[in-house]
Amino acid sequence: MNEPMLLAGTGETPMHETLAAGENFNFAYLDERTKRMIRRAILKAIAIPGYQVPFGSREMPLPYGWGTGGIQVTASVIGPLDVFKVIDQGADDTVNAINIRRFFERTTGVKITTHTSQATLIQTRHRIPEDPLTEGQVLVYQVPVPEPMQRLEPREAETRILHSLAEYGLMHVKLYEDIAKHGHIASTYDYPVMVNNRYIMSPSPIPKFDNPKMHLNPALQLFGAGREKRIYAVPPYTTVENLGFEDYPFEIQSWNVPCEICGATDTFLDEVITDDAGTRLHMCSDSNHCEARQNAGGVAP
Amino acid sequence: MSPRSFSTPLLRVHGISKNYGHHVALRSASFDLWPGEVLAIVGESGSGKTTLLNTIAARNRPDQGRVEFAVRDGGLQDIYAMSQAQQRLLARTDWGFVHQNPADGLRMDVSAGANVGERLMGLGHRHYGKLRAIATDWLERVEIDANRIDDTPQMFSGGMRQRLQIARNLVTQPRLVFMDEPTSGLDVSVQARLLDLLRQLNRNMQLAVVIVTHDLAVARLLAHRMVVMHRGAVVESGLTDQLLDDPQHPYTQLLVSSVLQP
Amino acid sequence: MNKPLLQLKAVAKVFTLHNQNSLQIPVFDHIDLEVSAGECVVLDGPSGMGKSTLLKLIYANYRSNSGQILVTGADAVALDVAQATPRELIALRQQTIGYVSQFLRVIPRVSALDIVAESLMEEGMADPQLWESACTEAKQWLSRLRIPERLWSLPPATFSGGEQQRINIARNMIKPRPLLLLDEPTASLDAANTNTVIELIHEARARGAAIVGIFHDVHVGQAVATRHVSVTNFRGVAQ
Repeated sequence: MNEPMLLAGTGETPMHETLAAGENFNFAYLDERTKRMIRRAILKAIAIPGYQVPFGSREMPLPYGWGTGGIQVTASVIGPLDVFKVIDQGADDTVNAINIRRFFERTTGVKITTHTSQATLIQTRHRIPEDPLTEGQVLVYQVPVPEPMQRLEPREAETRILHSLAEYGLMHVKLYEDIAKHGHIASTYDYPVMVNNRYIMSPSPIPKFDNPKMHLNPALQLFGAGREKRIYAVPPYTTVENLGFEDYPFEIQSWNVPCEICGATDTFLDEVITDDAGTRLHMCSDSNHCEARQNAGGVAP
Repeated sequence: MSPRSFSTPLLRVHGISKNYGHHVALRSASFDLWPGEVLAIVGESGSGKTTLLNTIAARNRPDQGRVEFAVRDGGLQDIYAMSQAQQRLLARTDWGFVHQNPADGLRMDVSAGANVGERLMGLGHRHYGKLRAIATDWLERVEIDANRIDDTPQMFSGGMRQRLQIARNLVTQPRLVFMDEPTSGLDVSVQARLLDLLRQLNRNMQLAVVIVTHDLAVARLLAHRMVVMHRGAVVESGLTDQLLDDPQHPYTQLLVSSVLQP
Repeated sequence: MNKPLLQLKAVAKVFTLHNQNSLQIPVFDHIDLEVSAGECVVLDGPSGMGKSTLLKLIYANYRSNSGQILVTGADAVALDVAQATPRELIALRQQTIGYVSQFLRVIPRVSALDIVAESLMEEGMADPQLWESACTEAKQWLSRLRIPERLWSLPPATFSGGEQQRINIARNMIKPRPLLLLDEPTASLDAANTNTVIELIHEARARGAAIVGIFHDVHVGQAVATRHVSVTNFRGVAQ
């Protein structure tokens, strides 16, 4: 196994930095009782794929909306031998990704990486890595709104009943409305899925481009929503099907240009404005994947 | 062959009572309803008619008595012995419930087409084109301009909303529909249109209806049978025209004689 | 051998007005009457003596206080109207008893043609072909009763009394039923239409119907009656 990579030039704290005098955190910050509670919730979630398990979300050193759910899940499953990767919108080097990675470095001392294939545990915000995952890997998603029907039915008492009775007509109403209004299903992010033929789940705001990756994935996928206090899971090799209509089936996004840095034609592209004149550049959202392709000889068109 | 040759009633209500503390809201009401029959429950405010409707529609468990419905593949079943899942399925398929205020029975921020198609989507219909065709057909049947299929009920008049509510309920061809004062608050001409629609639906779909109303003219027009309620008790029941033309009970006589004839 | 289609046995009727100090208005003390197929019984008696009430008792529009009202339908089973359930009565009115009341009860928005054609349709049968033939037959009746074609698609609310009465007659006589009750069917009609109604009554008799009718016009009564019955016979001594 390579040495964990330190990102050069970011001014990031080296992993061997000691905690400041007076600081005394448990491994991965959370106390053992809390971890036990969260692990129980995770076990239940794995036993009932797609079902939202309530849990006692703790106060974390960052506010709601910044990934507290994902962090709590990671903190409950991370062990000293894990190799940890964090991405935010596909990139390892955004401020959020860096901060979360630092947090776990300081509180666990685990090895960190930017290579998907080297990680055992990956926390992500809003993307699934382009490199296929393998058995033994764990992907932790940060989830803002766990309830897929929330916009249509804000009453939680009612959505709980709908899930328990598998009454999902309402979800299809939303898709119907999209087609009526826009001529196609408008959700491009957080596209609802049916897990294990039983529960409808929000996959978190990943682009629908990523949805097919969830289906029969060999890795364990865990989802944490801190503010809403819910955990759910998709165990390895679970069916994850995208909702749609027979005559308006689910379709993933496509671009008519390749990545302008590595030449890939099969990845999710970000459109970046590079100067004040509005010049646009399409590049892979998954920074690690793009970099690996460049190193392997992929070229810009 | 007469369509009336059935062996069991569609709905059997037996001895249902309901109390709220000391107040007796409902005092041992019983009746049978057969397929295609329209039964009007009439009475003044506080008579218990809405309580009765809600108990027989599985919305309010009675303190005593039974309510049985003839399910499609089986005989009479106690609706309160059913699981919540079964009750809810029944409410979405074989039953309808038309609220007095259409906003209570519609999704106001969802298009008319989706309102009509929702029950079907809940039953697994997955073809957008066909759903839309069915919704269009129903809008026409309730005399709503099919071009309004993508408008939300927010933009509809009261009469249109009520007709949309009816379409939403009838798309699964239920055998029994409950209605709570469906014409209240509507202009007279709009009422006439709605009543005409209900009359035709009852005839053409063999739809059994239990309709709560305080308006005897509505009962006269729509209902084969009538039940008169006063202070929680059924004081008289029978054929509508008989109760209106030859009322026996003092309260029924009072009610009938109080109605103004234009 | 000719089993009576209609039998009234010891039928009594008293109206009790509870809200007027339980004022009692006795109408009939004891009705005994039998009518067989092919008969046309004309009820006689001064106005206010209960002729309409008698018809309404048979039709279950009014409720008798005692006695039996037995009606035998096509299935040869006698049903006691006084004891029947609402469901049985609804079926009876559908299949066995036709009733032409004095006035047409107007339903808003339904056209004259539809009003007549509907009575030929069994409830629940929305077959377009059946509806087609029902409309055809309804049109024949409307023509025969001289309702102008331009009125066929209009609701009868604005029709004259005579036109409304002819719609009423068509609606309730078009479907052949074993027992027919007629309450002043020719009251607002001219001579030509009155003669048409007489013809219709004869045709009904010819197909085996039993008829009980009230006719304000003595000549019409005589033209159709096989027998006259005076309702004063059924009223108590003190009346």
